[in-house]
Amino acid sequence: MSTMAEVIEPTAGTISAADLASSQHSRATVGDVTVADPRMTCRGVDVWYGAKQAIKGVSLDIGKHEVVSMIGPSGCGKSTFLRCLNRMNDTIDGCRVTGSIKLDDVDIYDAGLDPVPLRAQVGMVFQKPNPFPKSIYENIAYGPRIHGLTNNKAELDDLVETSLRKAGLWEEVKDRLDQPGTGLSGGQQQRLCIARTIAVSPEVILMDEPCSALDPIATAIIEELIDELREHYSIAIVTHSMQQAARVSQRTAYFHLGDLIEVGETNDIFTNPKHKLTEDYITGRFG
Amino acid sequence: MQAWTLVVFLLATMAVAYHLGRKRAIVRAGGASRIKDLHSLPAYYGLYAALWAGLPALLLMGLWVGLQDQILITLVTASLPPEMLEGLSDGRVGLLINDIKNLATGNIVSMDVTPAIQVAAEQYTRLRGIFQWAMWLAVAAVAIGGLSFAWASTEPRMRARNRVEGAVKVMMIVFSSIAILTTLGIVLSVVFESLRFFDQVSPLEFFFGTRWSPQIALRADQVGASGAFGAIPLFTGTLMVSVIAMLVAVPIGLLSAIYLSEYAARRVRALAKPVIEVLAGIPTVVYGFFAALTVAPFIRSLGASLGLDVASESALAAGLVMGIMIIPFVSSLSDDVINAVPQSLRDGSYALGATQSETIRRVILPAALPGIVGGVLLAVSRAIGETMIVVMAAGLAANLTANPLDSVTTVTVQIVTLLTGDQEFDSAKTLAAFALGLTLFLVTLSLNVIALTVVRKYREQYE
Ligand SMILES: Nc1ncnc2c1ncn2[C@@H]1O[C@H](COP(=O)(O)OP(=O)(O)OP(=O)(O)O)[C@@H](O)[C@H]1O
Ligand SMILES: [Mg+2]
Repeated sequence: MSTMAEVIEPTAGTISAADLASSQHSRATVGDVTVADPRMTCRGVDVWYGAKQAIKGVSLDIGKHEVVSMIGPSGCGKSTFLRCLNRMNDTIDGCRVTGSIKLDDVDIYDAGLDPVPLRAQVGMVFQKPNPFPKSIYENIAYGPRIHGLTNNKAELDDLVETSLRKAGLWEEVKDRLDQPGTGLSGGQQQRLCIARTIAVSPEVILMDEPCSALDPIATAIIEELIDELREHYSIAIVTHSMQQAARVSQRTAYFHLGDLIEVGETNDIFTNPKHKLTEDYITGRFG
Repeated sequence: MQAWTLVVFLLATMAVAYHLGRKRAIVRAGGASRIKDLHSLPAYYGLYAALWAGLPALLLMGLWVGLQDQILITLVTASLPPEMLEGLSDGRVGLLINDIKNLATGNIVSMDVTPAIQVAAEQYTRLRGIFQWAMWLAVAAVAIGGLSFAWASTEPRMRARNRVEGAVKVMMIVFSSIAILTTLGIVLSVVFESLRFFDQVSPLEFFFGTRWSPQIALRADQVGASGAFGAIPLFTGTLMVSVIAMLVAVPIGLLSAIYLSEYAARRVRALAKPVIEVLAGIPTVVYGFFAALTVAPFIRSLGASLGLDVASESALAAGLVMGIMIIPFVSSLSDDVINAVPQSLRDGSYALGATQSETIRRVILPAALPGIVGGVLLAVSRAIGETMIVVMAAGLAANLTANPLDSVTTVTVQIVTLLTGDQEFDSAKTLAAFALGLTLFLVTLSLNVIALTVVRKYREQYE
């Protein structure tokens, strides 16, 4: 029952200070939300589920070749914000997004913009691995097929192999590409989903707690992968593990009850948090 | 003494037994404050006593009622003067016994009442009275005995709950085996009657013969009445009607299921789903006359205007209407399996930049396919077994034809026509119905088995 049509209020142009201030109850973010070389820019983003506001005037840039981690207590709106970035919230009844989110200077909530190609540019990896009940090969080939990325079988085979290699899964599955992806272990499934996402060459990859169901070894593999992916992609990752945020990301954003409290270099955030809430959270006094 | 007074007595005894058992357990435990010393809650001791008071007595009563008549008849027959029974066939003796019983109960008697029969009837009445009294006493004694036994064996360490639950489990097993045994009985009787049919008509002719005309000559010189039992025309007729029905039901049912589960707004769905399911609640006889009186003439006149020769009863009319009838089977089951496909798979597909229709075609339908196939197979077996619509709309002529505009007949229709009206019970004509029934049963059974296996296999994927 997913209705793709949603009420979207496009806000064009850059956002002025007055626009930011008009967003209700939003707290000013500590730290610099902008980067020199942004891939995505979000300004004054509000999200409502029905009458409940889940995100309050959040502004944040995601730079090229950088990993931004989003941390914060459960229910603070990390997933909600992440889902705004490729309009996955469109599939939720009653979800309303306002403010401006741009990908390479194009407003992705523009009324004339089709969310379908957008999602090929901004891919998403979900918290729970969700491979299709198809073969491993077909799982990877799914995206390239619907977007017509390859011209023949040989090219497709190549693409499947490189995607699986990048996700560090090739050696484990190269002999059983025709077996169902659902038969893999949890960690392998998650890497399959990552491979599936990079097979369509998105510019940005959104990851919502990609390692929450994984053991330390599988987690390490994926963190290594994220580091490699940074060469070509921009990555936003939601995580509950502060060690993980510290390991993989260059910048960290701390969310609290729908507000973006503090943004900064990951090192700074963890060694020298400026906001009281951030400090409480990362020192374990809260959350 | 009537049997119902006995039943009332038993129920009362059980109620008393419940209270006594409960009290007794509490007393044996050493008063209400010591209930925790009991193995089970006091109510279980009550139930335990009630079961002991009721079950053996009811069992005895059932046995008694079942056997009483048999014994009575044996006794009465034995007391008849031997010359009366001499040279009588079994059937005749049965008639005689019947008359004695009728006379005893004051019903109309078929033959002259001789003094011997009069005496026998009186004896029958007398014996029956004695038997009923004896039953009353015996059953009451068993009930009281059971109650006393439960009373005596009630003590705190007795595992009353386990015993009561054990007894309940046994009762459930008995009841479910009644259902199973009935099914088994039906199957066996059909099998045996079919075997008798195959004594008279070779299976080869039945399964591969192309002429169906199940008339058995009443007189030796009757014309064209030799009887032919080639069931191929029936099989093809059934097949044709079912195929037409599925051609209607599968696309409509599947598409409406997809629309309802993937596209429709919640309010539309809440309204449309029950409305479609109403189709399943319409009695088949209503579909039948709708097919015969509305659809068939419509097809006929449509065909006439196109210059086609359409029989007034056609496979097409029956198939179309039957298809409409089974739409809800397909749509409802498909809707369920489509909804059972996890949202995470849809999200996964959208997140790769797939459109909604690509997601439905390439992810949701393949994932739901086994379940959909299962639903369709169930619908097919429903279509094959459906009778009323085809009786009314498809006709009776056993044509071996591939033309849906012709009138055809189906297995079920022939079973109906073979068994309605007067007939001898062991003629090939009647027995043919059993052979047809067996064939039908085997086909629908295997379809159901396949459908269930497919559906189950699908379930394993997500749970
Ligand atoms: N589909 C929805 N409908 C209504 N409210 C929602 C919906 N999804 C999330 N919310 C609400 O929005 C708020 C933010 O939820 P969100 O899932 O973004 O939190 P989160 O930070 O990702 O939490 P977690 O760390 O537990 O995943 C919560 O209060 C939640 O109850
Ligand atoms: Mg979340």
